Amino acid sequence: MNFRDEELLISVVADLIGDVRHVAVGNASPIPAAAALLARARGNGRPYVSLLGSARHTFWTDGGRELFDCAGQGRIDVFFLSGGEIDGEGNINLVSVGDYDKPAARFPGSFGSSYLYFVVPKVILFRTEHSKRTLVPKVSFISAPGASEPNVERTGGPIALITNRCLFRFDAERRRFVLQSVHPGHTLAEVIVNTGFEFDRPPDVPETPAPSADMLRLLRQAVAPELAEVYPQFAAKVFGLGKSA
Amino acid sequence: MPSIARNLEEALAPITDGCLLAIPRESTGAAMAATRALIRRGVRRLSVVVLPTSSLQADLLIGAGCVEALETSAVSLGEFGPAPRFTAAILGGTIGMKDASCPALHAAFQAAEKGVPFMPLRGLIGTDVLKHRPDWKLADNPFGDNDPIVLLPAIKPDVALFHAPMADRNGNVWIGRQRELVTMAHASAKTVVTVEKIVDEDLLADRTLAAGTLPGFYVETVAVAERGAWPLPLPEHYAWDAEHLKEYATLAATEDGFKKYLDQYVYERRAA
Repeated sequence: MNFRDEELLISVVADLIGDVRHVAVGNASPIPAAAALLARARGNGRPYVSLLGSARHTFWTDGGRELFDCAGQGRIDVFFLSGGEIDGEGNINLVSVGDYDKPAARFPGSFGSSYLYFVVPKVILFRTEHSKRTLVPKVSFISAPGASEPNVERTGGPIALITNRCLFRFDAERRRFVLQSVHPGHTLAEVIVNTGFEFDRPPDVPETPAPSADMLRLLRQAVAPELAEVYPQFAAKVFGLGKSA
Repeated sequence: MPSIARNLEEALAPITDGCLLAIPRESTGAAMAATRALIRRGVRRLSVVVLPTSSLQADLLIGAGCVEALETSAVSLGEFGPAPRFTAAILGGTIGMKDASCPALHAAFQAAEKGVPFMPLRGLIGTDVLKHRPDWKLADNPFGDNDPIVLLPAIKPDVALFHAPMADRNGNVWIGRQRELVTMAHASAKTVVTVEKIVDEDLLADRTLAAGTLPGFYVETVAVAERGAWPLPLPEHYAWDAEHLKEYATLAATEDGFKKYLDQYVYERRAA
């Protein structure tokens, strides 16, 4: 069965989510949102899915703080973060490049990352642009650190980094990424050339498995219409849905 | 007793030059008509604190030269791209910036509403956000053993400003599910609200509405501003004006373009 690049990423992320109670997805994240909805469709209603910015797909009634209060209590199992820069120790930078007081480039800001990275057990890093500009040896500014000192209370952190080229697992003990698989149509050499940090890899790096026919059916038939309510442009582009005015 | 102002300009009187102004995130109800009125009035040296992130509202105020200092965890136009005037101001060093974290802002406003000096929060340790916040303190949990935790000072704004669907004649304001607006009002010395409409019935007398109502007790002034969040959304009332935001993103990319935007949509009072 043919599939689009986005469908591959959605299926990989859905597998990373696994069997959990509650997945929350930040704004402007159509692929993680689709993956969370796919995980729920596969799990017959489990997990709860909270899509920030969508009144329909959030149950919160206590304002913006409820997300963070939920997370602080361990009531959010999976969250997604990205970074203008991500380095090999899993540090992410959402603030600026260069000297903080005289930056060469400025990003929007850290949002909730400086907290959520610590308290959500499975944080999936998602950055489609896989280049030496985004995956750097060392971030200019740590919005959220990949790991912490042993006396710092921490129940969460990164488990994986997914890009348009490959999937890395994060080894929390060693504070390093391990290349897990390279997506179809991409090569190990290309991953090495375009990654600014060092990472570990097995002698033979497998290809990222293609989504199964069952998964694609579920995605296209059950998940796509739900997604179109929140991300109409994405659903139109990827699934040809919701184009009507 | 809150005053129901005769017009927007009168309602905005509590927002004076140099005050600490609290504004909410765009998805809860940003008072955009009021923001344009403040720019027309030429308000200056505002310290703006956002609960917790902003988009067009902060970008407009910064671009128009109204802002001296900003505390927020992000300014972005979301799917319409980076916030151009915010970005230019940071790169040019023309505003003071306190980078924060969303839950830190929520917690610091909660400290103010409780009347306590600070609130502890997990996370933050080892971040450069904390490193650049000398006003945030690292303490040892007095109930724990070798358990460092960050303490955030209460944020006590002079004025909170937001837009809501309706108010009654007593200045009670219906905010529905947007509970952080209540926190913002509790934390602030004064609260200024614009609304789509004023209704005759007492919002606190209706049990269904009362739970989603900010009592007039906390409200200084209310003014009607129909479509007062435009071009940003008002939850369950209207959505973004995507075409307008695209136009803004294009124009505001340059200083000249931004001036054109102000001339066309702010000073000319063409706005809906």
